[in-house]
Amino acid sequence: MDDALALVSSGWQPFAGGTDLMVLYEAGKLTETRFAGLWKLEELRGIRVSEEHIELGALTTYTQIRQSALLADEFPLLCRAAAETGGIATQNRGTLGGNIANASPAADSCPPLLVYDAELELMSGAGIRRVPYAGFHTGYKKMLLEPGELIRSIRLPRNNKKGWHQVFRKVGTRRAQAISKVCLAAAARLVGGRVEQIRIAYGSVAPYPLRCTRTEAALLGADPRKLPPLPDETSPIDDLRSTAGYRRRVAGNLLRDFLESLG
Amino acid sequence: MSEVMHCLLVNGREHLVRAWPMERLLDVLRLQLGLTGVKEGCGEGECGACSVILDGQLVNSCLIPVLQAYGCAIRTIEGLALDDALNAIQQAFVDEGGAQCGICTPGMILAAVNLLDRNPEPDEGEIREGLAGNLCRCTGYSRIVESVMRAAKREGRSPRHQTGEEHETQTRGEMLRLARAPQEGNR
Amino acid sequence: MLDSMSQSAGRALPRKEGREKVTGAARYVDDLVFPGMLHGVTVRSSIARGRIRSIDAACDPDQFTIVSARDIPGVNAVALMVDDQPFLAFDHIRHAEEPILLLAHPDRPMAEEARQRVRIVYDVLPAQFDMAQSGDVFKSFLLEKGDVDNAFQGEDIVVVEGEYLTGAQEQLYIEPQGMIAAANPVDGVTVWGSMQCPYYVHKALMKLFAFPEDKIRVVQCETGGGFGGKEEYPSMIAGHAALLAWKSGRPVKLVYDRAEDIAATTKRHLSRTRHRTAVTRDGRLVAMDIDFVLDGGAYCTLSPVVLSRGTIHAAGPYHCENVRIRSRAVATNHPPHGAFRGFGAPQSIFALERHMDHVAAAVGLAPEELRRRNFLKKGQSTATGQVIREDLDLAGMMDRALEEADYHGKRKRFQQDNPASRIKRGIGLATFMHGAGFTGSGEVYLQSQVALEADAKGRVRILVSSTEIGQGTNTVLSQIAADALDISYNDVELAQPDTAVVPNSGPTVASRTCMVVGKLVESAALGLRQTLATYAGLSFAEACAAHIGKHGTLRSISRYEPPAGIHWDDEHYRGDAYGAYAWAVYVAQVAVDTSTWETHVEDFVARQEVGKVIHPVLATGQIEGSVAQGIGWALYEEIVYRDGRVINGQMTNYIMPASADLPPHKSFL
Ligand SMILES: Cc1cc2nc3c(=O)[nH]c(=O)nc-3n(C[C@H](O)[C@H](O)[C@H](O)COP(=O)(O)OP(=O)(O)OC[C@H]3O[C@@H](n4cnc5c(N)ncnc54)[C@H](O)[C@@H]3O)c2cc1C
Ligand code: FES
Ligand code: FES
Repeated sequence: MDDALALVSSGWQPFAGGTDLMVLYEAGKLTETRFAGLWKLEELRGIRVSEEHIELGALTTYTQIRQSALLADEFPLLCRAAAETGGIATQNRGTLGGNIANASPAADSCPPLLVYDAELELMSGAGIRRVPYAGFHTGYKKMLLEPGELIRSIRLPRNNKKGWHQVFRKVGTRRAQAISKVCLAAAARLVGGRVEQIRIAYGSVAPYPLRCTRTEAALLGADPRKLPPLPDETSPIDDLRSTAGYRRRVAGNLLRDFLESLG
Repeated sequence: MSEVMHCLLVNGREHLVRAWPMERLLDVLRLQLGLTGVKEGCGEGECGACSVILDGQLVNSCLIPVLQAYGCAIRTIEGLALDDALNAIQQAFVDEGGAQCGICTPGMILAAVNLLDRNPEPDEGEIREGLAGNLCRCTGYSRIVESVMRAAKREGRSPRHQTGEEHETQTRGEMLRLARAPQEGNR
Repeated sequence: MLDSMSQSAGRALPRKEGREKVTGAARYVDDLVFPGMLHGVTVRSSIARGRIRSIDAACDPDQFTIVSARDIPGVNAVALMVDDQPFLAFDHIRHAEEPILLLAHPDRPMAEEARQRVRIVYDVLPAQFDMAQSGDVFKSFLLEKGDVDNAFQGEDIVVVEGEYLTGAQEQLYIEPQGMIAAANPVDGVTVWGSMQCPYYVHKALMKLFAFPEDKIRVVQCETGGGFGGKEEYPSMIAGHAALLAWKSGRPVKLVYDRAEDIAATTKRHLSRTRHRTAVTRDGRLVAMDIDFVLDGGAYCTLSPVVLSRGTIHAAGPYHCENVRIRSRAVATNHPPHGAFRGFGAPQSIFALERHMDHVAAAVGLAPEELRRRNFLKKGQSTATGQVIREDLDLAGMMDRALEEADYHGKRKRFQQDNPASRIKRGIGLATFMHGAGFTGSGEVYLQSQVALEADAKGRVRILVSSTEIGQGTNTVLSQIAADALDISYNDVELAQPDTAVVPNSGPTVASRTCMVVGKLVESAALGLRQTLATYAGLSFAEACAAHIGKHGTLRSISRYEPPAGIHWDDEHYRGDAYGAYAWAVYVAQVAVDTSTWETHVEDFVARQEVGKVIHPVLATGQIEGSVAQGIGWALYEEIVYRDGRVINGQMTNYIMPASADLPPHKSFL
C-alpha cells in the first residue's frame, strides 16, 4: 500500500480495473504511461459493515455491488446502477472508485451516491481524510482529489433512505452496455401526502454528476399531484450520443414521472 | 517498466511468458501462447470477442494488462473441450446454429459457460442480459439464446465443470437475482 | 436408387466447420503468422478533397518498407466496374481516409507509431457531401411502364407525396478486415485473407501488378462475417499488403483495427427517395412516380449495381400499370459506399413501405388493406414488366403473418391501452420481394464454373470460389452434392477457396450461392454420376476406386446455363430482372416510451416464401440475422460524418443491437 501511495505521489497514475484506462491507453490518448496498479491492494477491497456505515473499498466492482444482499436492501439505486453498467465482463472489472475518479459526467454510480449522501475516504502519504461526495466533482473531469491522493473507500450512511420511494432510470443508446444519455436517481419521503424529504441527482446533463438542490428545495412540502414551478438546474451539451435539447427534456420527463409515481 | 519473464496459468497449464507489464492479456495469449481462439473484435471492451475467464470471472482480455493476470487461473475456449468431446454448450452451438461466421463464438461460449455457472437455469431474459456484452452480427442472437437454453436443459451438464468455484457462484447467483428484483419505475 | 433416409437437403445437419468454430480452432487471417512477417499500416488522408502538396514519411527507409503510388508496378486502379479508384492517391484526394502511403515494419506498434509521424501537406479544396446537390452521376436509370404522366391526369384519384431518407450503415462484421501477402518475382503474388470474392481480388491484383492469371493466387481464410462489406474492399487491402510484400520481399500482414475499419471501408449508401403516387379512392394504385438517389461516395465501386437493385425493387410487390422510376447514384466526397446486404433494395423498400402506410391513411384504409388490394398476382407484371408465372398468394401470406403476430388483436388492445400509458405500443408491417441471384443478364456474363472431385474412397470434394462467411456455403453445397450423388453428407467437403485450385463460381453475393452455385454443384454431381454409370453394380466408393484405377482421377465440371424463357433487356431495363424472387411479410410490434423516446421492438414475426429450404436452421439464421441488422439500422445505427470523416468509428458510439435489445424472433419459412 505504501509503495502504491509513493508511486502515486510521484505522479504515477492509479490503475484499478482498467476499464476506462485501458481503452484510452490503447487508443493512444493517455499522456501518462506510468501506472500504479491498485488491483491487488487488499486495503482498497471489500465491503465493511458497521452500525452506522457501509464502507465500500474503492476497488469494489459492479459485480460485487450486485451480489450484496445488504446493498440491495439498503441502497437499491446503487445496485440498479451497477446492474445497468456495461456488460458482465465490464462489471467484473470496473470499480466504484474508478467510476468516481474517472470523473465522467456520465458515471452511472454517481447519481445514487448523491442520493445516499455518500462520503469519500481519501488517502495519501499524509494520511486519510473524509469528504462528502456531494461537491467532490467540481467541473468537467475535475475533482477535489489532490495530487498523490487515492480514493480509499466510499462510505454510505446506513438506513438513511429506507422506506423512501426510490428510482433509478438510465436512458442509453440501447438497453444494455450503453453509456448514459441521461440518468436519474431520486428518492423521496412523503408525510401526509406532502414531500417531506427529497433527493434528486442526474448523470449526463451537466459537466459532472449533478444534485439538484434548488429543485429539491422547491419541492419540499409540495403535493406531488400539484407541483410548483421547478427550476432547471441542468446544463447539458450536444455530443455524439445525444443533444442538449433531448437531454434537458428527458431529464424533466424522468423527474415528472418520478413525482407522479409519488402521488 | 521493462519486459520480464512471468508465469501465466492458462487452461490448467503454466506457461512462461515475456511481456511488458502493460501488454494486453489478449496479445500475450494470441501471440505468445498461440491461443488464437481468443479474438479481437474491437479492442475497446465493447464486443466481447476477446472474453476469457479469469479466476472464474468473465473478462475482456483486451482490457487486462498482462500484469494483472499473473497468478490468476485463465480459461480460454481452447480449454473447454476435453479429449475431443465438446462441452454441452459447444455442442448446442453446433446443433442449434449458434455459430455462423464463428468470430464471436469463442467469447460467446465462454460468456454462456460463465452465465450457467452462476445461474444454471436462466430464463430467456436472463440469457439475453448475461450475454449482452458479447456482440454477434450474424445470428440476431435467437439461435444463441436457443443454444444456451438447450445446453442448460441438457441433463447432467458435464461434471468436469463442477469446479470448486461453482458452489460459491451458485449462491452468488441467488443474490444476483435478489439484487435484480424489480423496483418501482425501473425498466 | 434414391434412399430417402440419406436425403440431406431439408435437414438441420451439423454445420461443416462448426466444430472448428466452437473450439476456437478455426483460423482467421489475423490468427496466421508467417516467418519473417512484417506488419503493414496505411497512411490516409485527413481531408475530404484536395491535392497532395508534399509527403514526408519521416521514417528510416532502412528500417521501414515505404510504398507510395510511385511504387506500383502495374495500374494504380482497383479493378472493379469502372477503374476510377486508385490503390494509393498520387495527387488528388477525393475523400477522407483515402490511402496515400503504406508502411511496414516487423513490429506492429512501431509501424503504428511511424504512421502517426508521417506528415502530408495538402491544398484543400471545397468538398461536396450532399447527394441532392451533386451533379456528378456515376449511373442513372429510367424505368418506365405504362404512361405515368397521363395517369396523374385521371379523375377521382388521390395523389400522395412523400420523401424518405436513410443513413449510412456499417456492416460491422465482428472480424475486422485483413490480408497477408507474400510476393516474389518467381511465384508472383499470393494473398490470404478475409473476403467474400476471391476472384475479385484476383482480378484486381492482376491489374495492379500487370501479372498474368497464374502469377496471382488468392486464398480465403475463415471469414468472420461479410454482409457485403468484404465484397469489394478486400481488393484494396490485398493490393496494399501485396505492394508492401513486393517491395520488402517479406510476407506482410495488414489487418485493420476497428476504428480504421469503420472509418475507411465501405458502408451502406445513404439514400433519398421521393414518391408521388396516384391512387383511387378505394385504394388501387394507379401510378407510381419514384425518384431514387444514392450517395455513392467518392469512387464508383459497385454503386451502379447497387442502384440497379434498388431501382428494380423500388415499386415493390405491387401491381401498378403506370410506373416510372428515375434513379441515380452520385459522387460525393464521402468515403466510397458499397455493397451491404440487400444491395440498395432495403433503401428503396423502406421508402416504399413507409409511403404505402401514408397512402393507406390518405384513402382511409388500414395498411394491410391497401396492400391486399394491390398485391401482385400470377399473370400480372412487376415494374420491369416481368410477368409472374408462379402461384403467388401474398394476401394469404400476409394473413398468416398477421395472425401469427396477433396483429388485429394487438391493434385493438393498443388502441385501448395507449391513452393511459406512458409507453405507447404499435404494430406495423412491411411486405416485399427480393430478387435472387445477379440482376438481369448478370449470371450469363459471370459464366460461373464448379468442379467436383472424388477420391478412391468415394469421398467428394467441391471446388468453388464461393466462400463460407457464416451463411452456410460449406454445409448447403455439401448437402446438395450428397443428395445428387446419393452419398452421405459426411463424405462431402469443400476445398478451401484458393484461386490456384478452385474454378471461378462467381462472387459470394446476391443470395446466389445456394440457388445458382448450388444448381451448378448439382449438375457437376450428376455429371460425376454419369461418368460412373458404366460401373453398374458397384457402390459409389467402389465405382470411384475403379474409375480412378483406370483413369487416374475423377472430376466433373459444370458451367452456368441460363434457364430457358428468361429475357432481359439491359438497355431499357425491361423484362425478367431475376430468375426468382423471395417474398416476405414482416410484422413488428414497437414500444415507445414517451418520457424518453426510447424505442424498442418487442415482437417480430417474419414470414417468407423462399422456395425449397436446403437447411432449415441455417436459413432461419440468415433471416434472424438480417432482421437484427434491419432493426439496428432502423433504431440504433447510423454513421455520423463530420467534414466527410466518420466521427463515430468505435463500437462504443456506433451502436449495434446487443442481445438484450432484440425481441424473441418468430420466423416462418
Ligand atoms: C464496455 C464498457 C462499458 C462501460 N459502461 C459503463 C456504463 O454503463 N456506465 C458507466 O458509468 N461507466 C461505464 N464504463 C466505464 C468504466 O467501466 C467505469 O467508469 C468503471 O467504473 C471504471 O473503473 P475501473 O476500475 O475500471 O477504472 P480505471 O480504468 O482503472 O481508472 C479510471 C480512472 O480512475 C482513476 N482511479 C481508479 N481507481 C482510483 C482510486 N482508487 N483512487 C484514485 N483514482 C483512481 C484512474 O487513475 C483513472 O483515471 C464502461 C466501460 C467499458 C469498457
Ligand atoms: S476485443 Fe475485447 S471487447 Fe472487443
Ligand atoms: S457468428 Fe458471426 S458474429 Fe456471431
